[in-house]
Amino acid sequence: MKRVSVEYFAVFREQAGLSGEQLETRAASVGELFGECALRHGFADPRERCKVAVNDELAPWETLLADGDQVLFFPPVAGG
Amino acid sequence: MHCRIDTRPLDPEALKASLRDVRAGGFVAFEGWVRDHNEGRAVTGLHYEVHERLAVKEGERILQEALGRFEILDAACHHRAGDLALGEIAVWVGVASRHRAAAFEACRYIIDEVKTRLPIWKKEFYVDGDSGWVNCAGCAAGHVHAHR
Repeated sequence: MKRVSVEYFAVFREQAGLSGEQLETRAASVGELFGECALRHGFADPRERCKVAVNDELAPWETLLADGDQVLFFPPVAGG
Repeated sequence: MHCRIDTRPLDPEALKASLRDVRAGGFVAFEGWVRDHNEGRAVTGLHYEVHERLAVKEGERILQEALGRFEILDAACHHRAGDLALGEIAVWVGVASRHRAAAFEACRYIIDEVKTRLPIWKKEFYVDGDSGWVNCAGCAAGHVHAHR
Protein backbone atom coordinates (compact mmCIF):
# COMPACT_ATOMS: atom_id res chain seq x y z
CA MET A 1 0.00 0.00 0.00
CA LYS A 2 1.10 3.54 -0.78
CA ARG A 3 0.31 6.56 1.35
CA VAL A 4 -0.44 9.63 -0.74
CA SER A 5 -2.07 13.01 -0.23
CA VAL A 6 -4.78 14.20 -2.59
CA GLU A 7 -6.19 17.69 -3.13
CA TYR A 8 -9.43 18.59 -4.88
CA PHE A 9 -10.30 21.85 -6.62
CA ALA A 10 -13.43 23.73 -7.66
CA VAL A 11 -16.34 21.36 -8.42
CA PHE A 12 -14.35 18.35 -7.17
CA ARG A 13 -13.85 20.01 -3.79
CA GLU A 14 -17.56 20.76 -3.60
CA GLN A 15 -18.60 17.24 -4.66
CA ALA A 16 -16.13 15.58 -2.24
CA GLY A 17 -17.07 17.99 0.54
CA LEU A 18 -13.37 18.36 1.40
CA SER A 19 -10.32 20.07 -0.05
CA GLY A 20 -7.98 17.15 0.46
CA GLU A 21 -7.31 13.86 2.19
CA GLN A 22 -4.59 11.34 3.02
CA LEU A 23 -5.18 8.00 1.33
CA GLU A 24 -3.78 4.50 1.37
CA THR A 25 -4.08 2.98 -2.06
CA ARG A 26 -3.05 0.06 -4.25
CA ALA A 27 -3.51 2.18 -7.40
CA ALA A 28 -0.53 1.82 -9.73
CA SER A 29 -0.98 5.10 -11.61
CA VAL A 30 -2.45 8.52 -10.84
CA GLY A 31 -5.16 7.68 -13.36
CA GLU A 32 -6.19 4.64 -11.33
CA LEU A 33 -6.16 6.72 -8.17
CA PHE A 34 -8.44 9.24 -9.88
CA GLY A 35 -10.83 6.40 -10.75
CA GLU A 36 -10.99 5.36 -7.08
CA CYS A 37 -11.60 8.92 -5.88
CA ALA A 38 -14.15 9.67 -8.62
CA LEU A 39 -16.16 6.58 -7.68
CA ARG A 40 -16.09 7.35 -3.96
CA HIS A 41 -16.98 11.04 -4.30
CA GLY A 42 -19.24 10.86 -7.36
CA PHE A 43 -17.14 12.99 -9.74
CA ALA A 44 -19.06 13.15 -13.00
CA ASP A 45 -16.42 14.61 -15.29
CA PRO A 46 -14.62 12.08 -17.52
CA ARG A 47 -10.89 11.82 -16.90
CA GLU A 48 -10.06 12.97 -20.43
CA ARG A 49 -11.43 16.42 -19.63
CA CYS A 50 -9.60 16.71 -16.31
CA LYS A 51 -5.96 17.26 -15.37
CA VAL A 52 -3.65 15.97 -12.66
CA ALA A 53 -0.55 17.44 -11.06
CA VAL A 54 1.93 15.28 -9.20
CA ASN A 55 4.37 16.92 -6.80
CA ASP A 56 3.72 20.38 -8.25
CA GLU A 57 3.94 19.47 -11.97
CA LEU A 58 1.14 18.75 -14.43
CA ALA A 59 1.51 15.07 -15.29
CA PRO A 60 0.06 12.43 -17.65
CA TRP A 61 -2.57 10.05 -16.24
CA GLU A 62 -0.19 7.09 -16.76
CA THR A 63 2.29 8.52 -14.23
CA LEU A 64 3.16 5.81 -11.72
CA LEU A 65 2.13 6.55 -8.20
CA ALA A 66 4.85 6.54 -5.52
CA ASP A 67 4.64 6.49 -1.76
CA GLY A 68 4.43 10.04 -0.42
CA ASP A 69 3.21 11.62 -3.68
CA GLN A 70 1.15 14.79 -3.53
CA VAL A 71 -1.58 14.53 -6.13
CA LEU A 72 -3.82 17.42 -7.26
CA PHE A 73 -7.01 16.62 -9.19
CA PHE A 74 -8.22 19.42 -11.47
CA PRO A 75 -11.73 19.35 -12.98
CA PRO A 76 -12.25 20.78 -16.51
CA VAL A 77 -10.65 24.22 -16.59
CA ALA A 78 -12.44 27.39 -17.65
CA GLY A 79 -10.08 30.32 -17.72
CA GLY A 80 -10.63 33.53 -19.67
CA MET B 1 7.80 37.90 -20.50
CA HIS B 2 5.61 37.34 -17.49
CA CYS B 3 2.36 35.73 -16.37
CA ARG B 4 0.59 36.86 -13.22
CA ILE B 5 -2.56 36.05 -11.27
CA ASP B 6 -4.13 39.22 -9.84
CA THR B 7 -6.73 39.63 -7.14
CA ARG B 8 -7.26 43.32 -7.95
CA PRO B 9 -8.69 44.98 -11.08
CA LEU B 10 -6.32 44.97 -14.06
CA ASP B 11 -5.02 48.29 -15.37
CA PRO B 12 -4.53 47.86 -19.15
CA GLU B 13 -2.49 51.07 -19.54
CA ALA B 14 -0.01 49.98 -16.88
CA LEU B 15 0.16 46.49 -18.36
CA LYS B 16 0.80 47.90 -21.84
CA ALA B 17 3.56 50.12 -20.44
CA SER B 18 5.35 47.01 -19.17
CA LEU B 19 5.78 45.89 -22.79
CA ARG B 20 7.01 49.22 -24.23
CA ASP B 21 10.01 48.68 -26.47
CA VAL B 22 11.44 51.11 -29.05
CA ARG B 23 12.24 48.17 -31.34
CA ALA B 24 8.51 47.37 -31.52
CA GLY B 25 6.43 48.64 -34.43
CA GLY B 26 3.20 47.22 -33.07
CA PHE B 27 1.35 46.10 -29.99
CA VAL B 28 -1.71 43.83 -29.81
CA ALA B 29 -3.77 43.18 -26.68
CA PHE B 30 -6.73 40.94 -25.93
CA GLU B 31 -9.02 41.64 -23.00
CA GLY B 32 -11.55 39.06 -21.84
CA TRP B 33 -14.50 40.81 -20.17
CA VAL B 34 -17.15 39.48 -17.82
CA ARG B 35 -20.38 39.49 -19.84
CA ASP B 36 -23.94 39.46 -18.59
CA HIS B 37 -24.97 36.15 -20.17
CA ASN B 38 -23.64 32.70 -21.00
CA GLU B 39 -25.35 29.80 -22.75
CA GLY B 40 -28.67 31.63 -22.64
CA ARG B 41 -28.61 32.42 -18.93
CA ALA B 42 -28.38 35.87 -17.39
CA VAL B 43 -25.15 36.16 -15.39
CA THR B 44 -24.72 38.56 -12.46
CA GLY B 45 -21.04 37.92 -11.65
CA LEU B 46 -18.19 35.44 -11.62
CA HIS B 47 -15.81 33.79 -9.23
CA TYR B 48 -12.44 32.50 -10.48
CA GLU B 49 -10.63 29.85 -8.49
CA VAL B 50 -6.95 29.58 -9.46
CA HIS B 51 -4.09 27.29 -8.52
CA GLU B 52 -1.69 30.20 -8.68
CA ARG B 53 1.68 28.44 -8.66
CA LEU B 54 0.83 26.02 -11.45
CA ALA B 55 -1.16 28.63 -13.40
CA VAL B 56 1.84 30.97 -13.49
CA LYS B 57 4.17 28.11 -14.42
CA GLU B 58 1.92 26.94 -17.27
CA GLY B 59 1.24 30.52 -18.38
CA GLU B 60 4.96 31.26 -18.65
CA ARG B 61 5.42 28.02 -20.58
CA ILE B 62 2.78 29.24 -23.08
CA LEU B 63 4.48 32.65 -23.38
CA GLN B 64 7.82 30.92 -24.02
CA GLU B 65 6.16 28.82 -26.73
CA ALA B 66 4.81 32.00 -28.33
CA LEU B 67 8.25 33.66 -28.20
CA GLY B 68 9.67 30.60 -29.96
CA ARG B 69 6.97 30.28 -32.64
CA PHE B 70 6.33 33.89 -33.62
CA GLU B 71 8.57 36.85 -34.46
CA ILE B 72 7.66 38.83 -31.37
CA LEU B 73 9.71 40.86 -28.90
CA ASP B 74 7.80 40.34 -25.67
CA ALA B 75 4.48 39.07 -24.32
CA ALA B 76 2.61 39.07 -21.02
CA CYS B 77 -0.55 37.57 -19.57
CA HIS B 78 -2.57 38.51 -16.49
CA HIS B 79 -5.59 36.61 -15.17
CA ARG B 80 -7.87 37.60 -12.34
CA ALA B 81 -8.74 35.45 -9.34
CA GLY B 82 -11.64 35.87 -6.91
CA ASP B 83 -14.94 37.67 -7.39
CA LEU B 84 -15.54 39.75 -10.51
CA ALA B 85 -18.40 42.06 -11.46
CA LEU B 86 -19.92 42.42 -14.93
CA GLY B 87 -17.69 44.39 -17.27
CA GLU B 88 -14.46 43.73 -15.42
CA ILE B 89 -11.38 42.48 -17.26
CA ALA B 90 -10.95 38.79 -16.45
CA VAL B 91 -7.88 38.17 -18.58
CA TRP B 92 -5.38 40.37 -20.41
CA VAL B 93 -2.84 39.28 -23.02
CA GLY B 94 -0.40 41.72 -24.61
CA VAL B 95 2.22 41.19 -27.33
CA ALA B 96 4.81 43.60 -28.75
CA SER B 97 6.52 42.88 -32.05
CA ARG B 98 8.47 44.55 -34.86
CA HIS B 99 5.63 43.87 -37.33
CA ARG B 100 1.90 43.52 -36.67
CA ALA B 101 1.17 40.09 -38.18
CA ALA B 102 3.23 38.20 -35.62
CA ALA B 103 1.67 40.13 -32.74
CA PHE B 104 -1.88 39.24 -33.86
CA GLU B 105 -0.98 35.57 -34.31
CA ALA B 106 0.88 35.28 -31.03
CA CYS B 107 -1.89 37.02 -29.08
CA ARG B 108 -4.47 34.60 -30.50
CA TYR B 109 -2.23 31.64 -29.71
CA ILE B 110 -1.63 32.74 -26.11
CA ILE B 111 -5.28 33.40 -25.21
CA ASP B 112 -6.43 30.12 -26.79
CA GLU B 113 -3.83 28.12 -24.85
CA VAL B 114 -4.47 30.01 -21.61
CA LYS B 115 -8.16 29.14 -21.73
CA THR B 116 -7.55 25.41 -22.09
CA ARG B 117 -4.35 24.81 -20.10
CA LEU B 118 -4.23 27.00 -16.98
CA PRO B 119 -5.67 25.52 -13.77
CA ILE B 120 -8.42 28.14 -13.48
CA TRP B 121 -12.09 27.46 -12.79
CA LYS B 122 -15.00 29.82 -13.39
CA LYS B 123 -18.13 29.81 -11.29
CA GLU B 124 -21.03 31.78 -12.71
CA PHE B 125 -23.77 33.34 -10.62
CA TYR B 126 -27.16 33.66 -12.28
CA VAL B 127 -30.05 36.09 -11.92
CA ASP B 128 -32.26 33.34 -10.47
CA GLY B 129 -29.83 32.81 -7.56
CA ASP B 130 -28.39 29.60 -8.99
CA SER B 131 -24.68 29.17 -9.67
CA GLY B 132 -22.49 26.70 -11.51
CA TRP B 133 -18.94 25.82 -12.52
CA VAL B 134 -18.48 26.40 -16.24
CA ASN B 135 -17.51 23.34 -18.33
CA CYS B 136 -18.14 20.73 -15.63
CA ALA B 137 -20.51 17.81 -16.08
CA GLY B 138 -23.84 18.08 -14.28
CA CYS B 139 -23.24 21.58 -12.96
CA ALA B 140 -25.93 24.23 -12.90
CA ALA B 141 -24.79 25.51 -16.28
CA GLY B 142 -25.16 21.93 -17.50
CA HIS B 143 -22.83 22.28 -20.46
CA VAL B 144 -19.96 19.91 -21.00
CA HIS B 145 -18.71 21.17 -24.35
CA ALA B 146 -15.77 23.52 -24.66
CA HIS B 147 -16.64 27.21 -24.68
CA ARG B 148 -15.23 29.36 -27.44
